[in-house]
Amino acid sequence: MDLDFYLSTMWSVLKALPLTLEIWFFGIAFGLIIATGLTWLRASGYRLGEYFTRAYVFIFRGSPLLVQLYLIYFGLSQFDFVRHSPILWPILRDPMYCTIVAMALNTAAYESEIFRGALRAVPVGQIEAAKAFGMSALTRFRLVTLPIALRLALPAYSTEIILMTKATALASVVTIMEMMGTAQKIQHDTFRPIEVLTCAGVIYLLLNLSIARLFAWVEYRLSPHLRPPPEQSQQIRPVPEVL
Amino acid sequence: MEFLNDLKDQVSTAYELLAAGWGVQLLWGIAWTLAVTVVSMLIGAVLGSLVAAAKLSHRGGLRFIGESYTTVFRGEPELLIIYLFYYGGTQVLTGVARSTGSIGSTDILNMPSFLGGVLAVGIISGAYQAEVFRGSFLAIHRGELEAARAYGMSAWLRFRLVIVPQVLRLAVPGLGNVWQLTIKDSALISVTGVAELMLTANKAARSTHHSLLFYTVAGILYLVMTSISTPIFEKAERYTSRSFTRPK
Repeated sequence: MDLDFYLSTMWSVLKALPLTLEIWFFGIAFGLIIATGLTWLRASGYRLGEYFTRAYVFIFRGSPLLVQLYLIYFGLSQFDFVRHSPILWPILRDPMYCTIVAMALNTAAYESEIFRGALRAVPVGQIEAAKAFGMSALTRFRLVTLPIALRLALPAYSTEIILMTKATALASVVTIMEMMGTAQKIQHDTFRPIEVLTCAGVIYLLLNLSIARLFAWVEYRLSPHLRPPPEQSQQIRPVPEVL
Repeated sequence: MEFLNDLKDQVSTAYELLAAGWGVQLLWGIAWTLAVTVVSMLIGAVLGSLVAAAKLSHRGGLRFIGESYTTVFRGEPELLIIYLFYYGGTQVLTGVARSTGSIGSTDILNMPSFLGGVLAVGIISGAYQAEVFRGSFLAIHRGELEAARAYGMSAWLRFRLVIVPQVLRLAVPGLGNVWQLTIKDSALISVTGVAELMLTANKAARSTHHSLLFYTVAGILYLVMTSISTPIFEKAERYTSRSFTRPK
């Protein structure tokens, strides 16, 4: 056992954690924006919008993220108009931006399905009650549908976020030196893959476990009305003998 | 218009390149992808049912092992597991071979890339299958197990005649999801050098400089594979639950 080697590897990989988190954060943030747009398009009731979102979800869920990443990074630069565009080219020639774009597009497909399911699961009675109160469509959405749907979407959303943490490792195949890329480099330099990958694995696992914890906490905080009151959650106590 | 002309050029070269032999290569790529997926699913089924049994066990130690397995292999990046099995396997094999003297002290004995990839993807698939099997077992009606016990069936007989058929029936939709996941994970083992669809597309893209074309074709082929499997699993679901349909 070579403790120094483990510690120095751990430290080198940890130094790449900010980059991993950067990819992770922007992928999730842009993904959320796209997913919101897709969900709105799907729920808007336009036939064309529905076809578009169906096709989008089918394509991005049915093929591996790696193919999507390669297609965006290597494939799109084949078009002359992409290479000559002052907006697209700075984004699509940078592997970092390409990874973020691929992750955002991919996760948006899964998230839009999660949000669609959550919206459908909002009890009809709640919406009817809001209508009966004379709430406008916007107020109804803001005060009734959205809060309920968000809470319903949370468990599946947290799973998707964890899948995204795992997906950041793919950035290493397009030369980004995030945690996985750094681990790969150390492994090639030292030829001790088991030790190096174990160190990286521990960090990834701790990261994912803390994300899962965080979401469990948010979920707990958001559903106080679903928790049984503390005194009733215990077993039914025998009636004290008064007489 | 520039865009349309570009596209027209791409389509005409696409036909030439695919007819020039890359088409056949890609078909072989599909065959390897399917082989990797099927073998991984089988490894995953064996591991998954053992892990599910461990997670359902009354013994705390076994439960802990099962929980750790599913947490670790669902929580780590797939790429890391694949590297661990491929490069780690090479490290172990080389170490063993060097110490027994079957190779020189500077030689390297590589992990077979198919074996390394299939083990890694199979173990990941096993973690997801374990959850599917566990869920199906918990969904079996308690009364059925009690009835079997009341008949005096031995544990093995109960397992074979009551538990397995029910778990298989209830697990089909979940296994369909894991199958899709495993197809997509199999693309990652291109990094170890298995000539499956992704690596073939990679090679074609690099040597012809038509990345857009070959990655699009690869994407479409993956879509075809994942969408063909949906009706197959639906059919399997109908077949396994044929005695549970409501009378008309």
